[in-house]
Amino acid sequence: MSAYPEWTPSLIQAETDALKHKPGALLPILHAIQDRFGFIPQEAVPIIAAGLSQTRAEVHGVISFYHHFRAAPPGNHVLQVCRAEACQAVGSRALEAHAKARLGVDYHQTTADGEITLEAVYCLGNCACGPSLRLDDSVHGRVTPESFDALVDELRTQPLEIM
Amino acid sequence: MSARIFIPRDTTALSLGADSVAQRLEYEAAERGLEVTLIRNGSRGMAWLEPLVEIETSQGRMAYGPVTSADVPSLLDAGLLEGRTEHPLSQGRTDAIPWLARQQRLTFARIGVTDPLSLDDYRAHDGFRGLDKALAESPQHLVDEVKDSGLRGRGGAAFPTGIKWQTVLDAPAEQKYIVCNADEGDSGTFADRLVMECDPYLLIEGMAIAGLAVGATQGYIYLRSEYPLAHRILEAAIARAEAAGYLGDNIGDSGHTFHLEIRLGAGAYICGEETSLLESLEGKRGQVRFKPPLPAIEGFFGRPTVVNNVLTLAAVPYIIASGARAYAHYGMGRSRGTLALQLAGNVKYGGLVELAFGTTLRELMENYGGGTLSGRPLRAVQVGGPLGAYLPESQWDLPLDYETFAADDAVVGHGGIVMFDDSVDMAEQARFSMEFCRIESCGKCTPCRIGSARGVEVIDRIRRNDNRDSNLALLSELCETMEDGSLCAMGGMTPYPVQSALTHFPDDFLRQAEGEQA
Ligand SMILES: Cc1cc2nc3c(=O)[nH]c(=O)nc-3n(C[C@H](O)[C@H](O)[C@H](O)COP(=O)(O)O)c2cc1C
Ligand code: SF4
Ligand code: FES
Repeated sequence: MSAYPEWTPSLIQAETDALKHKPGALLPILHAIQDRFGFIPQEAVPIIAAGLSQTRAEVHGVISFYHHFRAAPPGNHVLQVCRAEACQAVGSRALEAHAKARLGVDYHQTTADGEITLEAVYCLGNCACGPSLRLDDSVHGRVTPESFDALVDELRTQPLEIM
Repeated sequence: MSARIFIPRDTTALSLGADSVAQRLEYEAAERGLEVTLIRNGSRGMAWLEPLVEIETSQGRMAYGPVTSADVPSLLDAGLLEGRTEHPLSQGRTDAIPWLARQQRLTFARIGVTDPLSLDDYRAHDGFRGLDKALAESPQHLVDEVKDSGLRGRGGAAFPTGIKWQTVLDAPAEQKYIVCNADEGDSGTFADRLVMECDPYLLIEGMAIAGLAVGATQGYIYLRSEYPLAHRILEAAIARAEAAGYLGDNIGDSGHTFHLEIRLGAGAYICGEETSLLESLEGKRGQVRFKPPLPAIEGFFGRPTVVNNVLTLAAVPYIIASGARAYAHYGMGRSRGTLALQLAGNVKYGGLVELAFGTTLRELMENYGGGTLSGRPLRAVQVGGPLGAYLPESQWDLPLDYETFAADDAVVGHGGIVMFDDSVDMAEQARFSMEFCRIESCGKCTPCRIGSARGVEVIDRIRRNDNRDSNLALLSELCETMEDGSLCAMGGMTPYPVQSALTHFPDDFLRQAEGEQA
């Protein structure tokens, strides 16, 4: 089951309408859509473009410029491994390799069970305690291959909600 | 009486389990029938001691760290609530920890001490003194104070802040803006994040003063999307500051207006460059603009705009509250005041060190950093982010000062110090610098966009020992072209890490060849 609700044209329209009055509204609108639906559907582009009186090419150009925006739905969780220098200095290259091997995917791919999307990130501001990764909205420091595995196992274990 | 316990909730403390320490503490205290008041403070910046648990005693705050949730029962057994010092994790009085006590904290005086969102805490620790004073002063007086303080932009370019503000003050316009550059994209830097997560009213106060100084009524914080916690904390702080009359219409019944809004970036390093940032804020691709016009004259939607780094703005409340001279008293040469140094990478005691300009790298890396985390010899240090040079040991005694570093082909930048031990392969680091530029280039100019892609290939050929000499020559030429022909420092400075690696660590570019001969 996906963590995100299904998008519809009218929901996209609503997100656009709620923010279009802001100066420079495009990024806030794109963020709102991605936060809600997990990605920015291709079909959203004409709706946003019309709302902001811009061309589709302009809107598309913005979406494709930024690493953060996704054109396809992610897995239930997004896992970003820091690839920047301070983390390199304490073993992030090995951690990256471990993450890819363990999950069986490369960057920008989602595991076969649809659970985890792997991404690269260039610094999480946790540079004194690397290697670091971000799992959804929480950052983890001093990550080892073992603690990485524990984190992933925890995600994949179905939580028993009824006690 | 209920004991007051402090457990930080900045990104670093949380990344090392601060939440589970807090939960365990509440649980264990309840089990033992002990009354505790838990305060989630900011971080003191001693990343190596996080999560740092503190207890308030009549002798001051006592520190324990780094604490895991498993340590909680034994800490309670050993008299945590009385501030006793027998437990191996005891660090004694927090203020007396030498790492902290030796710093010169002007901007970071309050971080980690207070609950970041408590306005009472903020006021009790000198907060809003600068803004209160500023509300009664003329804009020109405020700009003069900042000029006289000698403050230079902390975001990297070190441009005199007072002069930038003067330009905006003098520019006639109906609407002006203050834009805070909170993109903090440099690896090895986290000082902006600490301000935003641990002392958010400081940034708000600095921006409000900047607004008063130049006549801007609207401010934006352009925050990178990689900082979700800073985002939540800032949002909450802005709402509370508004409700308390420190932001919005009629600040403190003065008739002055200053509105503040956060805008999120979207994972593009180049959006830290001020003109790209403005493009992004306007809802466009973050491509660098030609200068002139300067943003101070034609910035956000063509209006006069102050673009300043978080730390620059965060230095302002102290300057206004304590006077330009108090700030300028610190520092050396034309680098006045204090610098937020961030010890990162392969470091034993990493974290935030605020000191007057003029300390040396060696002093920092040895006396504060305690050497490498791995215990192996330190080999190279990258200062000033991904566009900064890698410095070999012969350069570790340079005093940290903008001019001294520039004279030695190095940059202070945003104060990030990334340490590497002797297992580093500098050819690989050089390759990464080119790769990073290839990934992050805004694409506007050819030397950067194409040069960085070629740079990766050339370094790969060198590392494969494929026509090494001619490829080394080609790499030097490529670096020169990027340096001379790029529109901004992304392409213009990527050669710094690459060439410093080549110059100071040439052997690393030969390794493969030796392997083949053996
Ligand atoms: C490629 C590039 C990236 C930059 N990244 C940042 C950044 O993340 N944060 C920042 O404050 N300044 C950054 N800068 C510097 C800004 O362009 C600008 O000088 C700064 O925001 C001005 O504020 P200051 O005078 O307070 O330093 C960057 C510059 C370049 C060329
Ligand atoms: S140097 Fe690179 S990042 Fe800077 S303007 Fe040129 S292409 Fe863009
Ligand atoms: S370099 Fe990885 S968190 Fe900063």
